[in-house]
Amino acid sequence: MSGKREPTSVLIELEPVFERNAPKALANTQLRRNMGKATQTIRNKRANVVGELDDWEALREAGRAIKAHTLRNLDKYLVQLEESVTKAGGHVHWASDAAEANAIITGIVQSHQAKEVIKIKSLTTDEIKLNKALAKVGINATETDLAELIIQLAGEHSSHILVPAIHKNRAEIREIFMRTLGVNELTDEPKALAAVARTHLRRKFLSTPVAISGANFAVAETGTVCIVESEGNGRMCLTLPKVLVSVMGIEKLIPTVQDFEVFLQLLPRSSTGERMNPYTSLWSGTTAGDGPEEFHLVLLDNGRTNVLADEVGRQTLNCIRCSACLNICPVYERTGGHAYGSVYPGPIGAILTPQLVGVEHAKSLPYASSLCGACYDVCPVKINIPEVLLHLRGEIVRQKQDEGGLRATLDPENIAMKVLAKIFGSRSNYENAQEMGKWGQLPLQRDGYIEWLPGLLGGWTEVRDLPAVPKETFREWWEKRDKS
Amino acid sequence: MRISLFITCFNDTLFPQSGRATVELLERLGHTVDFRPEQTCCGQMHFNTGYQREALPLVRRFVNVFGDAEVVVAPSASCVGMVRDMYNMAADLADDPALTQAIHDLQPRVFELTEFLVNKLGIEDVGAYFPHRVTYHPTCHSLRVLRIGDVPLRLLKKVRGIDYVPLPDADQCCGFGGTFAIKNADTSMAMLGDKLRAVRDTKAEYCVAADNSCLMNIGGALHRQRAGIKTIHIAEVLAQTEGGKA
Repeated sequence: MSGKREPTSVLIELEPVFERNAPKALANTQLRRNMGKATQTIRNKRANVVGELDDWEALREAGRAIKAHTLRNLDKYLVQLEESVTKAGGHVHWASDAAEANAIITGIVQSHQAKEVIKIKSLTTDEIKLNKALAKVGINATETDLAELIIQLAGEHSSHILVPAIHKNRAEIREIFMRTLGVNELTDEPKALAAVARTHLRRKFLSTPVAISGANFAVAETGTVCIVESEGNGRMCLTLPKVLVSVMGIEKLIPTVQDFEVFLQLLPRSSTGERMNPYTSLWSGTTAGDGPEEFHLVLLDNGRTNVLADEVGRQTLNCIRCSACLNICPVYERTGGHAYGSVYPGPIGAILTPQLVGVEHAKSLPYASSLCGACYDVCPVKINIPEVLLHLRGEIVRQKQDEGGLRATLDPENIAMKVLAKIFGSRSNYENAQEMGKWGQLPLQRDGYIEWLPGLLGGWTEVRDLPAVPKETFREWWEKRDKS
Repeated sequence: MRISLFITCFNDTLFPQSGRATVELLERLGHTVDFRPEQTCCGQMHFNTGYQREALPLVRRFVNVFGDAEVVVAPSASCVGMVRDMYNMAADLADDPALTQAIHDLQPRVFELTEFLVNKLGIEDVGAYFPHRVTYHPTCHSLRVLRIGDVPLRLLKKVRGIDYVPLPDADQCCGFGGTFAIKNADTSMAMLGDKLRAVRDTKAEYCVAADNSCLMNIGGALHRQRAGIKTIHIAEVLAQTEGGKA
């Protein structure tokens, strides 16, 4: 990557091209097996626990409504949150972009002369590329979520927003641990793998003065921040170090403590397929003699207000990062997360990433979907992902046509679409085109099928034949029949 | 009832036999079918690929052609889904209150064939005869846009002589997705591969669906593999009777 410009936030590559990345992932049979097995397991678990609730649809609607209300009044609730956190003894910082957030956080760490930090639940810190910013000033960050630790040790990027190492199997994890943690003997039993990670992490928990976390929710009325997790490593991070810094997107707000009634039912069932997750940590500011002595909350915009300004797109901010849409998506299941080139992969990533970074920097992502609609059905806060995908596709094409100059005009897809629009625009054009199709296909067809197509259409005939255009269209049959 | 057939450009040009079957079936059930030759395309391909300004005239055209119809029936869940669902988005985009009104007036009168039979006419047994082993692929837009669930299956199960075999992982997308199959050909093929495995596992003679677009995807690959399994639109199954051609 030397010499190449790197994206400053959200994106992992400068301009991800999904259709170019996907074939590499699709060719990796181990990855396909790992992904297929993992997504199917979580999918089934989710379906079972969701099926237990008679009021699931009402809960989804409540989740959507609370989020929509909060987003409509975000200005008011954010100020209220700042007041509540401050009153509870915490410090609130506002960051308009990744650079500002990183400067604030490194400043806090440096003010304590710390050279080490531990991290938990830090998708938002991945978004702002915090670890790199810390490393630049000589601060070493250790991920403490087991899966994130695996990814960090492997020197890779997460491929799932909840199960970052979903693309790895046990044997691969064993190999990573042996290579990076100085272990000579290790089996691939989950127990043995967990024990190695535990020994490594316990040392960090007990010796590191500063912890950095993300946040699942923050309550405006009380200043309470909430982290939902499975391993207990989060609890260690949130309670053992002297200083705690939590970074959260401004949309993670909920108005009242009572709203947890809805979200703490929706989130675990949708994410890990559990009725309740093992560890739910809630804290408000600081408490003398209990937990961190200093608490900072960094509120991050980084493109979110632009999303909020878009009438169709703003529902994207309802997202509670459960990842049910990833697990159900037939595209994600097969390509894995890396093909999306963003810290936010899968269907939610396909709509969130382009909105955060600008559609012109992630043009291929809204097209990384067959529009099958499964993501919308499982979304616990009813984000109509297919609708937003279509909305963004429209924006991409309009932008290309209006600002792309001659190159965009002469783009084969643009020409084809314009021609087809003309054909469908009148009965006579349409009927003439049908007639031309019958003749035009003659050199290509054999026994009623076309087995090879040129150019853009070649993707179709790589594995499929195409039925030839029949001699008589429906309307010709109808006209004859009508006359007789 | 006087039924206006929305044949869809896809069926009109590539699968006229499904249109003929739809006409035969509806007439056999005692209805009058009319065909309005000014119809072309509902605009779905343009709209879903992002060429939404280009789709708007086609949306207007559809509304003009079918505006005064008693009911409109189409042998395609996907195209009906476009009209009933995506036309709302198109109307917002057009920012034209008259068009919005016309769309809202028309939408409740537009039906996919099987939902028309079962939900509107209340018929499950259409008197069909199809002595073959078949499996059924519920298309994404039938399930998750129109939400017609097992309606087509209820019709199939009443067909005489039919040997129905359930399709494993039936609700999984076949990988078609319109221009998705071209733009993301590799991913589409990977999805299709799993669908084909499921179809072949059923050892059916026919794979049935309510959309010829998905069937063209599945059928095109079955043909390439010389799998010996045919695809057939549900209208063609329902149109066949004991006395008729099989």
